[in-house]
Formats: sequence, structure tokens, C-alpha cells
Amino acid sequence: MIPDLGKYAVAVLSSYGLSVAMIVGLVLLSYVQGRRVKRQLADVEARQGKTDG
Amino acid sequence: MMSLLVRDLRLAFRAGGGFGLGLAFFLLVAVLVPLGVGPEGSTLAKIAPGILWVGALLACLLSLDRIFALDFEDGSLDLLATSPIPMEGVVAVKALAHWLVTGLALTLVSPVLGVLMNLPPAGFFWLVASLLAGTPALSVIGAFGAALTVGVKRGGLLLSLLVLPLYVPTLIFGAEVVKRGAQGAEVGTPLLLLAGITAGSVALLPFAAAAAIRVNLR
Amino acid sequence: MSIWEYANPKKFMQTSAWALPWVAGLAAVSLGVGLVWGFFLTPDDYKQGSTVKIIFLHVPSAMMAINAWVMMLVASLIWLIRRHHVSALAAKAAAPVGLTFTAIALVTGAFWGQPMWGTWWAWDPRLTAFLILALFYLGYIALWEAVENPDTAADLTAVLCMVGSVFAVLSRYAVKFWNQGLHQDSTIMKVGEKDPIAPAYYLPLIVCIAGFVLLFVALVLARTRTEIRARRLQALLARERLA
Repeated sequence: MIPDLGKYAVAVLSSYGLSVAMIVGLVLLSYVQGRRVKRQLADVEARQGKTDG
Repeated sequence: MMSLLVRDLRLAFRAGGGFGLGLAFFLLVAVLVPLGVGPEGSTLAKIAPGILWVGALLACLLSLDRIFALDFEDGSLDLLATSPIPMEGVVAVKALAHWLVTGLALTLVSPVLGVLMNLPPAGFFWLVASLLAGTPALSVIGAFGAALTVGVKRGGLLLSLLVLPLYVPTLIFGAEVVKRGAQGAEVGTPLLLLAGITAGSVALLPFAAAAAIRVNLR
Repeated sequence: MSIWEYANPKKFMQTSAWALPWVAGLAAVSLGVGLVWGFFLTPDDYKQGSTVKIIFLHVPSAMMAINAWVMMLVASLIWLIRRHHVSALAAKAAAPVGLTFTAIALVTGAFWGQPMWGTWWAWDPRLTAFLILALFYLGYIALWEAVENPDTAADLTAVLCMVGSVFAVLSRYAVKFWNQGLHQDSTIMKVGEKDPIAPAYYLPLIVCIAGFVLLFVALVLARTRTEIRARRLQALLARERLA
């Protein structure tokens, strides 16, 4: 499945691996932060009896 | 404005004002680097321009947070903000005071450290000239960084992080002047670029710094 | 109807809620297609071997690392001139994305440079400029974190972004002057000239660039939404304490 990368396999695979890991990490971080803030905001809004926004 | 300058200078020369500190730090760099690198004259001569410029830059950095922080804490910055002098003028005067006690002092002692670093004889004039042309930029950029971080508690480290990238062009051209001067090569281009950065910084950055101080005093 | 309507946080939240899934989906598709194409279906270069596949990450991330800063500069200017909170928060939201792209460009560059130039790192102008760009991002993010009052932080970071942009450009020219460098010039805009980039690489590269652009937009939208919510949360909590 993996194409023959010859003698540069380590370089190519690690740059793809690290880059994808960094992108996924950033996306996950943004997602988790977003969910947490959204939940906290929903809690506070429910407590204050406000639904707008 | 004159009285503000005199007041700032007096405060700087008083005990704990940071006047001696920068110079002592500069001296320490010039002593420690040969101890770390080894005493070979040719190696030292090769790295002398860069080390001396980096040393001057870091020595400058040491006293930056004093430019506004003390006045901010005891409220005299608020007084200055309501005084008839525009905030841009206050920033310029304070940067000038900082330059007189650090930049100018560093420039004057730099030939001595050049000897310690085994700088080639041709380089001494250009070392002094480049520091004279470049250190005002360091003070003004530093004043801008200090203005940004004046409201931050223990902002010293943050100040370094903000200011050091801004110092890059000054450092590159400054060290280049000395390097070329020491080799007897043509120094006109980097020296002019260095002076250009200084002139541009001195002309424009007080406005940015004054804007930052107004935001911080809000 | 004007673009400034989106400066209203509520309007922005509505529109971005609708747009975000689309942009994110398109980003995922184009990045997936581009990277799979680049990784599995491109031939090896006769000189660079399989390391040529790294450009599909390196070039788009490097482009977007710079563009992210430009976007932050524009957003900062809009904030300073028109005082739209969404603009300031969008700049804040973009900074970590820009920093990540800078890191990707540096890391992939190192992995490419190791076999090709025989070194992980060279003090080449482009490389050095990117390292300095990373420092600018770090300083910008640190200033946002350090200042407590959000409006003060927005103002200060906006001023820093403006001054930083000038000095970043100066640094770029300074390092060019300082060292002529190993890094080849960009070839992507030179189609038709001599030694152009071959179509076999060009097409997947374009797809990857589109993917990175969309990824950037999606992340900035999502993170701006988070920032807006965080601001509202802070405001509500402050009101609660007062009541």
C-alpha cells in the first residue's frame, strides 16, 4: 500500500506524520476548547434565564 | 521636557537605577565568552563583532522594564499623561534618557571590550560608529515594548519575548558593519541601513508607544 | 447589505454556524485528496527522489503561515479603526493557527533539508526569516495571554501586530543581506518559465494549497466562535458577580 519511498522513507514519512499530527492536534484543541466554552456558556445562560445569543 | 529628562537621568544614576547594571553585564559577556570559547585570538577575533553586538543588545534589554514600570506603579505616569507635554514627547524623552545611560555608555566602553575580544584594529572605529548609530533604535524599540507591557505584572520576560524579534534587523546590520569594518571591507551599505532603521524607529515608534501607554492608562 | 454586518457578533455567529460545516468539510476533502494524491500517486523526482513529496505539506503551510499574519494585520487594522470586536477576536483566533503552520513549514523543511542539503538546519535567509516569524507569533500570543482586560489586550496586540509587520519585513531583507542562502526560489508562480514545476506535482500541490487555505478559514471561524462565546461568558459571569 505504501509507495516505495526508497532511501528517503524516514524523511518523507516523518514529515507527513508530524505535520498531520500537528494539524490534527490543532483541530482537536480548537474543537475541545470550543465545546467547553459552549457548554459553560449554556450553563450560565440557563442559570440566568436568558436564551438569546 | 528638559526637567523630565533631568529627573529620569537622576533616577537612573541613583542606587539601583540600573545604570551600572547594563555596563557590568556587557563586561561580563566579554569576559565569559572567551572563557567558554577558548583563548585562541583568531577565533575570538572572528566572533568579536557578533558577540559584542549581542552583548550590547542584551545589556540594553536589562533596563528596559524600568523605562515606564516605576512611573506606572507610583502614578507619576498618570500625572505625565495629564501634563501639557504630549505622550509622544514623554516617550521620546524617556527613550532618550534610557539611551544616554545605556546605549551611549555601552558605546563608550565598547573599545575596551573590543580589546578583550581581540577585535582587529580596523574594527574599533566601526564598532563605536555602529553602536552609536544602532543603539538609539534599541532604546526606542525597547521603549515601545515597555509601553506595551507596562500594565502586565512581572512583564520582564514577556518584554524580552516581544522586543528581541524587533531587534533582529538592528543586530544584523550592526554586527555586519563591525564584521566588514574589521576585515577592511566596504561598510557603507550596512551602516546606512542601520542608520535608516534608527531614524525610522526614532521618528515613528514614539507614536505607537504613546498609543500603547494611553491604552494601558485607560 | 454590507460586509460590516458580519461585525455584529450575533450575525457573525449565525452566518458562521451555517458556513463552518461547509468550509470544514471542503477543507477535509481537499486536504485528504491533495495529500493522498501527493503521497501515493506522484512520481519520484530524478534528483530529489521521494522527498519531493514533502512539498505538498511544506509549500502550502509556508504560504499560509505568512498569509495568516497578513490576515491578522488586516483584522487588527479593522479593530483599531472601526472597533469591531469580532475583528480583534478573529486576529486572536488566527495566531495559534499561523504558529502551527510556521512549525509545520519548519519541520517539513528540516526533514527535506536533512537528505537534500545534508543538514537539518541552515542559517539560510528563508529559514531564518521563518524562525523569526515564529518568534513574532509567540510574542503576539504571549501578549494576548498576559493582558487581563480583553479590550486592552486587543488594542495592544493590534499595535504590536502593526509594528511587528514592519519589522518582520525589515528582518526578511536584513537576513537576505546577511546571507545569500541555499533555499531555492519559489517556482510556483513561474509556470511557463524555464525549469517550471512539472504538472504531475503542480496539480496536487494546487489542491493541497486550497486545502490549507480552507483549513485555515475553518479553524479561524471555529476559533473565533469560541472566542466570542468566551467573551460573552465572561460578561455574563461579571454581571452575575455584580448582581
